Amino acid sequence: MRHIQIHISHIMRVVRAGWKNIYLHKLRSLLTALGIIFGVASVIAMLAIGEGASYEAREKIKELGSNNIIVKAVKPPTPPGTQQTVMLPVYGLTPVDIRRIEIIPSVETVVPTWEDKRDVWHLEKSISARIVGTYPEYLSVMNLQVVKGRFFNEMDTELIKPYVVIGSSVKNQLFPLEEAVGKTIRIGSNYFTVIGVAGEKAVTSGVGFEAEDINFDVYMPLTTQRIYYGEYTVGKRTGVGIRGLEREWVKYHRFIIKVKDMDQIITTAAIVEDILKREHKQQDYEILVPLQLLKQAEHTARIFNIVLGSIAAISLIVGGIGIMNIMLATVTERTREIGIRRALGAKRKDIIKQFLTEAVILSSIGGFIGIVLGVVIPKVVTKFAGMTTILTPWSIILAFSISVAVGISFGIYPARKAAYLDPIQALRYE
Amino acid sequence: MGNRYILRLENISKTYTLGHIQIPVLKNISLAIEEGTHISLMGPSGSGKTTLLNILGCLDRPTGGKYYIDGKEVSSLNDDELSEVRSKKIGFIFQSYNLIPHLTVIENIGLPLFYQGLDEETITHKAIEMAEIVGLGNRIRHKPSELSGGQQQRVAIARALINNPAFILADEPTGNLDTKTGKEIMELLKKLNEEQKTTLFIVTHDSNIASYGKLTVRILDGEIVNG
Repeated sequence: MRHIQIHISHIMRVVRAGWKNIYLHKLRSLLTALGIIFGVASVIAMLAIGEGASYEAREKIKELGSNNIIVKAVKPPTPPGTQQTVMLPVYGLTPVDIRRIEIIPSVETVVPTWEDKRDVWHLEKSISARIVGTYPEYLSVMNLQVVKGRFFNEMDTELIKPYVVIGSSVKNQLFPLEEAVGKTIRIGSNYFTVIGVAGEKAVTSGVGFEAEDINFDVYMPLTTQRIYYGEYTVGKRTGVGIRGLEREWVKYHRFIIKVKDMDQIITTAAIVEDILKREHKQQDYEILVPLQLLKQAEHTARIFNIVLGSIAAISLIVGGIGIMNIMLATVTERTREIGIRRALGAKRKDIIKQFLTEAVILSSIGGFIGIVLGVVIPKVVTKFAGMTTILTPWSIILAFSISVAVGISFGIYPARKAAYLDPIQALRYE
Repeated sequence: MGNRYILRLENISKTYTLGHIQIPVLKNISLAIEEGTHISLMGPSGSGKTTLLNILGCLDRPTGGKYYIDGKEVSSLNDDELSEVRSKKIGFIFQSYNLIPHLTVIENIGLPLFYQGLDEETITHKAIEMAEIVGLGNRIRHKPSELSGGQQQRVAIARALINNPAFILADEPTGNLDTKTGKEIMELLKKLNEEQKTTLFIVTHDSNIASYGKLTVRILDGEIVNG
């Protein structure tokens, strides 16, 4: 016990002596530690940003449902050279597609939607929203939450009720201070009763998706939508010299295909693609598999981490070389001191201990300052760039261990050089 | 006075090799010194005096012959073992004091004990005691740069004494001091030799300093010219 105590007090004394020497050259030490400071700070900051990015991707995919396959109707490109003679483009997904997909054994359910952008009014207030006509199952397959009132049910669909469920942003815009459920909203010239408000969903721009704010959605039974709006969408024509409104005829805009078992998603997606390829003369659909995208996102995050890690590694190596450089200068400066210590009985390993301790203290100070900086940077990024950042404790532990390791690996050479000086020469050194 | 040989050299030789040329620096030096002796080593520069001093101080190894300290052969020890001998058996006093500038007086004095692995409390206690013996009890927190040359040499003497060594090796201990201070230092060493029976080995080229010793050894061209 006493022996251990002496040992610890000995180590403490070596550390204290090392600290004293570093404190003696404050500016020089700070400049030396700079490389480590930036290296450690970037390790932590970059890991936090990378972790945040992959978290966002995971959230987005969770929102789309990892058991889902999403088929989107896409307007096919006009073949080059042909005049735009078709006044009413017909494309998109059809009831026949539903029947053919539903019959696949691994498919649990297919929920179709029809969507259009419209202005939604309540008294004097209005907002541009996406009208989504769908079936009651949409709620569960899309993981939506209803925070007030209810979602529409089978009965509402059957009876073609003029009911809508509004997204949280629509609610906030049209009913900022009042209860929305039970109120009436106007879309075009038709009035609908609000029966529910959907919970707020984070706006995410995951990998492979365009940013989509579903808080601006207005849901209604598909049957109701058919009665009021039919199968046409009306939008402004786009393009040079083209004016007026453009009508499109689309049966369904989107299928959400829920697969029974997560293992069957990839094969099911391939079957769906085969079916659609056979049924559709033109490429007017797009298949998204969130699970696949999740894997892609994870892969991207991994590459991101490797790249960021390499940058951090380079600055740490540069920082380490800085430490080695200053330690070599210190050894030369203190050659005589080394000679004296050796004459007074210091073994080589005592000298190594002394200089290695100094190098490690130096790099640890850099590591500590780097950690503080690395914790602050992600907060700044979140505040000004709006990116999600997640600080994990292991990244701090990792970064600090790296700084200590850098101190040891770049301090060992100068320390050995000091220890192997000839004491006679060292004593005579001026 | 004890009749045990604290220090014994048997046919010590040291040869340097420069390319193909062998340069003998010490030739068959034999010497036996009893405990408590005050001995002076004199010789002109180039006589091999410094080389002999390095060998005596276990900083260098002879190329031939045997060297005993306290009856134990040290001429064939490895680096770590030599460090241990220096730490426990030898006290060094240098011409230029060789104190570590950023350490205080007590830290400098306590340094040899630090390398013996003693705990801090014991070291500090012993160092203060030593500082008082050399008359620096009121200067223990000072840095070497805040002391006069004579005071610095007193610190070095305290440092050389703290490990209770078998002998003290002093290399021109008064070389950097004025005559008056040099005399004070020599008186201090003489007193320590007489009161504590410390074996003193003083290297000098000043016959006044050498005259403090009971015995003077002269070295010339690597050989002892009188015993």
